[in-house]
Amino acid sequence: MEIRTTYHRKMKEIQNDLLMMGSMVEKAIYQSVNALKERDIDLANRVIADDKKVDMKRFEIEDKCIQLIATQQPMASDLRTIISVINIISEVERIGDHAEGIAKIVIMIGDEPPLKPLIDIPRMTEKTVDMLHRSLDTFVNRDSETAIKIAAEDDEVDNLYDQIFRELISFMVEDPRTITRATRLIWVAHNLERSADRVTNICERVVYMVTGKMEEINVSKY
Amino acid sequence: MKVDIDNEILVKRDIGQTTRMAVRDLNLYYGDFQALREISLDIPERSITAIIGPSGCGKSTFLRVFNRMNDLITGVRIEGSIELDGINIYDRNIDVVELRKRVGMVFQKPNPFPMSIFENVAYGPRRHGIKNRIELENIVERSLKQAALWEEVESKIDQSALALSGGQQQRLCIARVLAVEPEVILMDEPCSALDPVATLRIEELMRNLSENYTIVIVTHNMQQAARASDMAAFLMMEDDRAGILVEYGPTAEIFTNPKDKRTEDYITGRFG
Repeated sequence: MEIRTTYHRKMKEIQNDLLMMGSMVEKAIYQSVNALKERDIDLANRVIADDKKVDMKRFEIEDKCIQLIATQQPMASDLRTIISVINIISEVERIGDHAEGIAKIVIMIGDEPPLKPLIDIPRMTEKTVDMLHRSLDTFVNRDSETAIKIAAEDDEVDNLYDQIFRELISFMVEDPRTITRATRLIWVAHNLERSADRVTNICERVVYMVTGKMEEINVSKY
Repeated sequence: MKVDIDNEILVKRDIGQTTRMAVRDLNLYYGDFQALREISLDIPERSITAIIGPSGCGKSTFLRVFNRMNDLITGVRIEGSIELDGINIYDRNIDVVELRKRVGMVFQKPNPFPMSIFENVAYGPRRHGIKNRIELENIVERSLKQAALWEEVESKIDQSALALSGGQQQRLCIARVLAVEPEVILMDEPCSALDPVATLRIEELMRNLSENYTIVIVTHNMQQAARASDMAAFLMMEDDRAGILVEYGPTAEIFTNPKDKRTEDYITGRFG
């Protein structure tokens, strides 16, 4: 017998908000890297402006969680779910900040000629966005096993980051005039690497929500 | 790398390690009706143990087992044992009056006697043979202080207890129990007739008393159990309406990560 319909309706609403916030941030990452590929300053500016909306969404969700705790006194798995949401939205918000960071680098680069065609950075982007998307699915499905697997995939992102780092360092060694441009691309890659690390934090929260266990499931080498 | 936050970290307070009361394979019948089935648990000393569960699951019946209050009801039959400091309180040679002195009880509705505040608290010690006025005065003052009521009633100690507020009356009843120096205090929904402020005062008082006494409380109020207890026992009814112990453990664990699905469903309000 369902006796807490108000509570469950509000919890459903929070879950939908979280998914919406997730898709806003996925879009921001794609757009920031597209802006880099296309040298599109307008698009970069739009990513920066849109990040404000992500921040607002985060506050909105957090406020709903606080209201729910204050008025409904959730316990056990209900309590763990709300606490996990509060943690997850802060991770998603920071991933949004990383996208904004990439957009700012795009503006810094301006119309400098490209150093090289982008290959691994788009790969890193795909992988990171895919991990973020699926991590939020594990939240909805309360699937801690898949969450643990997704966290392990962070190693692939770390490997791509290594590869990018090595490649760009060799550019710099060969021709010091590339140092500025190569360094900026390393910053971009670093933002993506950090984003994937934050996805592993989301996965940890899903594991906590489902099992009640607080544990670090994959420690990034960076 | 695995960093397991052990649940013991969450249970901060250092509760007594010694078992004060032990229930073993308890079955209780009202005539043909079985009210409690196969309950076993240990109540640690100097701690607060909360008994929670839906209405009719046998919480109050279970609480009354600890000082044989059920003896007063005809047709009650008990199997198993309840030990107080290792001695079965249902043994034939147990003096029930002495038992109830060691295991005191506070009821849902404050029930002061229609006499003065002083006489209410002095009643128990008098019954146990203390006649010296000064000794009684000392006991009354100490008990009222322990019950956090002394300052409020010091000036009107000879006035009727019935003039006190509900919260004050309940603290008076606690003082009355404390006056006979019990080891265990049983509380049956002690705050359900009180307003929120009076409720918090009683909970604070329970917390202080648990430094020296073992407290077992029955409560309907889930937040109260979460706030005020160290250990929590979840009882529920089986299909034949007999109460069983579903889960028993540290309160922090029961309320954040219960092991049994039925406990989870109850405390999250999915049934009840």
